[in-house]
Amino acid sequence: MQENDKKLRIMNIPMQYFLVLSTFMFFAGIYGFITRRNMLAILISLELVVNAVDINFVVFNRYLYPGSMEGFFFTLFSIGITAAESAIAIAIIINIYRNLHNIEVRNMNKMKH
Amino acid sequence: MEIAANEIVFYVLSVVIVVFSILTVTTRRILRAATYLLFVLIGTAGLYLLLNYHFLAVVQIMVYAGGIVVLFIFSILLTSHAGDKAEPLRLKDRLLGLSAALAGVALVLPVILMNTFGPTTPVAADEQIDMTVIGSALMGAGKYQYILPFEAISILLLACIVGGILIARKR
Repeated sequence: MQENDKKLRIMNIPMQYFLVLSTFMFFAGIYGFITRRNMLAILISLELVVNAVDINFVVFNRYLYPGSMEGFFFTLFSIGITAAESAIAIAIIINIYRNLHNIEVRNMNKMKH
Repeated sequence: MEIAANEIVFYVLSVVIVVFSILTVTTRRILRAATYLLFVLIGTAGLYLLLNYHFLAVVQIMVYAGGIVVLFIFSILLTSHAGDKAEPLRLKDRLLGLSAALAGVALVLPVILMNTFGPTTPVAADEQIDMTVIGSALMGAGKYQYILPFEAISILLLACIVGGILIARKR
């Protein structure tokens, strides 16, 4: 137990501090995702969520499995996928703006008619 | 009690990240939200540097700060007028969002703080990963090497280019 604690403090910052930090970032993103009405603002909140998860991958990799690189590559690929995803989402949003002149989510039901 | 330099850096970065992530989701001007997101992403790159993942910090700055945020700012300028403000939140919505976020924090924080994470491998690497190691792991086809996801991502990006052009072009 004592030994564990010592090993987890490789860099004299406990691992849990990073996790708490990313928790706050994640749930700030969740709050924005629920309360925002503008589609671009929702996408920005989503970036916060993804970024918090990336921090967790890297921190687990560094503290728990310093010899391997799985978390590192997960984050690398996650950044790539997020870039692709937001590019497509922004293309869709701009297309919606072109048709409806508005990107508020409550107007999105117009697509049904 | 002496405080090491990396602790100071960590505390500064965490204050920056927490404050700006909250500002990102609460500000009523969306252009400011994008700018605050930029600060959060740069702070995250700082965390990666602190953890000795230099390559990841560079990728984070290049792809997020250099690519995604610029894309966001362009699309915000395309879809809204300067000085546009979101209408104030209804109390019900604010309460809903706050209760969801706080319930999540209340669920996750005790789990993180009470769990003891044991190291499963001997702690050795505190130094940064060599670039040749990253390159050969990214390009190799053996065990713990990543040529398949690398190629899958390249196809995904190609599909995204085609899809983006197809969706956003003028009719």
